[in-house]
Amino acid sequence: MTAADVAPSLPTPAAGGPRATPSGRRRGRPSPSERRERNAALRFISPWIVGFLVFTAWPIVYSAYLSFTDYDVINDPTFVGLENYREMAQDPKVALSLWNTLVYTVVQVPLYTIVGLALALLLNQAGRSAGFFRTAFFIPKMTPPVAVGVLLLLLFNGQYGIVNEVLSWFGIQGPSWTTDQNWIKPGLVLISLWTVGSAVIILLAALRNVPNDLYDAARVDGAGFWRRTRAVTVPMISGALFFVVVINTIAGFQMFTEAYSAYFGAGNSTYRNDAALFYVIYLFQEGFQELHMGYASALAWLLFVVIMLVTLVQLLVSRRLVYYEGEQR
Amino acid sequence: MTTAPSFPRPAVSGPGAAPDPTTGAPEAQGPPPPARTRGTGRGPRRRWLRAVVLAALVLATVAFVYPLLWLLSASFKPRAEVFDNRLVPRTFTLDNYVTVWQEAPLALWLGNTVVVTVLAAGLVTVSSALVAWGFAFFRFRGRGALFGLVLATMMLPGAVTMIPTFLIWNQLGLVGTNVPLWAGNLFASAFYVFLLRQFFLGLPREPFEAARLDGANNWQMFWRIAVPLCRPALVLTLLFEAQAAWTDLMRPLIYLQDSSTFTIPRGLKALIDQFGPGGESQWEVVVTASVITTLPMILLFFLGQRHFVEGVATTGSKG
Repeated sequence: MTAADVAPSLPTPAAGGPRATPSGRRRGRPSPSERRERNAALRFISPWIVGFLVFTAWPIVYSAYLSFTDYDVINDPTFVGLENYREMAQDPKVALSLWNTLVYTVVQVPLYTIVGLALALLLNQAGRSAGFFRTAFFIPKMTPPVAVGVLLLLLFNGQYGIVNEVLSWFGIQGPSWTTDQNWIKPGLVLISLWTVGSAVIILLAALRNVPNDLYDAARVDGAGFWRRTRAVTVPMISGALFFVVVINTIAGFQMFTEAYSAYFGAGNSTYRNDAALFYVIYLFQEGFQELHMGYASALAWLLFVVIMLVTLVQLLVSRRLVYYEGEQR
Repeated sequence: MTTAPSFPRPAVSGPGAAPDPTTGAPEAQGPPPPARTRGTGRGPRRRWLRAVVLAALVLATVAFVYPLLWLLSASFKPRAEVFDNRLVPRTFTLDNYVTVWQEAPLALWLGNTVVVTVLAAGLVTVSSALVAWGFAFFRFRGRGALFGLVLATMMLPGAVTMIPTFLIWNQLGLVGTNVPLWAGNLFASAFYVFLLRQFFLGLPREPFEAARLDGANNWQMFWRIAVPLCRPALVLTLLFEAQAAWTDLMRPLIYLQDSSTFTIPRGLKALIDQFGPGGESQWEVVVTASVITTLPMILLFFLGQRHFVEGVATTGSKG
């Protein structure tokens, strides 16, 4: 075998798969050179295969098994059938944490996307200075989420916080963001907008790929700014918008660090906060603080199913709404 | 949109100003635009619009940057003034840093975090590059399906595998050490495999043909040709994972018990518990520790600024 055998796979990314092989020997036994190439590939891929088996496949199977058991790490798991799932249905904290998570995600994802898009549109008009502003917008994204939790407590402090001070300039009496049960989730949503920078960068990149002649055509047709945004911009960047929505929905359902760092303390149950009890926080408490590993596994499976369903729905909806230019992939 | 080496080439679509020069053109030539395009006063109107855009951007910048400046400034204030919301401290003091240094084994925590970060970022970059190369360079039956499986694992929420993974490390007697925080990275990560594969696919084939004629084997072609050509993507992987490893709180919460093994975010959480709202309300300690936790990430950003920004942009276009 020569270079020609192997090298052509590189420049044909789109083919990506078995379709690319010469149709001549599709079905039969692989030839020696095919076998050699496959073995070479598998040697390179082997780290992932081992990792997949040990840290993905086995954990999935084992956590499914654990979800039907009682297990506290010290004693062997005892099989309890559907008991964990039955318990979950009656556990008020499951309902509460699911509700909190849903409310947070449903509010946060659209807001985050809209703010990201608005800032990207502004940046797209900024000309030469766009680079500077883009950097400024991205920096908060580097802040460790634990520290974001700290900033939340400080900036949104009901009495001294700068947020309420700014509100007071406009004659608005700000709420107790960090202690009032009704305002804890809004506070978390708002601080999450502080780290919108990565969405801005993604959307700006998409905006810059929209061909100018589309805008020119729209302008000739007499479309104003809003009309152009609605009829040209949004459809042309719908792929990137969809990406931001999906990624953030999945992240929203797994909200943990900011809320945990601000509102939950180890061995400090007095500060436990119901309004910030997100699903993964409850899962974490059950699994690693109460050592209810079986129950926590059942909780994890419910989350898995919920996220899968939501993502599936989003994918189906996106088929109708998302436009990919010259799409084939 | 799949062409891989999108960041070596400088912003294809040009600076954001690009649309502007063209705006006048179609109206200058050809038939005059219909009257309803509010044609009159275009010049002043433009300038006015620019001013509004600029003002909005400046306002947004203040909102994004101010919290970090606030934090930095507060770390130099005595306790009574932490909440005074002044950007320049009335009384400038370094006492908070001294206090934090005495109250917490900060040097140890920073050291632990550096070890974990370097191992996690280095290992995931090497392993993901190997795997990505396996998918990009060779063709074999079932490649598409196997790569589909790689992508599918990206959709799996971490919470599902969290408990069995803990049990594995527990079985190995490694809970309480930092091994679980980085050892998983020996086995590549789907996201980076995806990212790096895109880059490898964009490489020209000539150097590889030449090398093969010279008798180079697969391994040499990977190390000597593919890796040097994909440096930007590898640096990006390093930076992304370094950030992820440095800032992670959940796994240190799960795996680290003794204060001497803490990473800096886990240590900061311990300080929040001790000095924060549920504890002694010594906010200046929490503030100062937050600065110490955050500053290395800001430095990392400025070291790899271009990589971060261009890299985040590409992740979106590949989605």
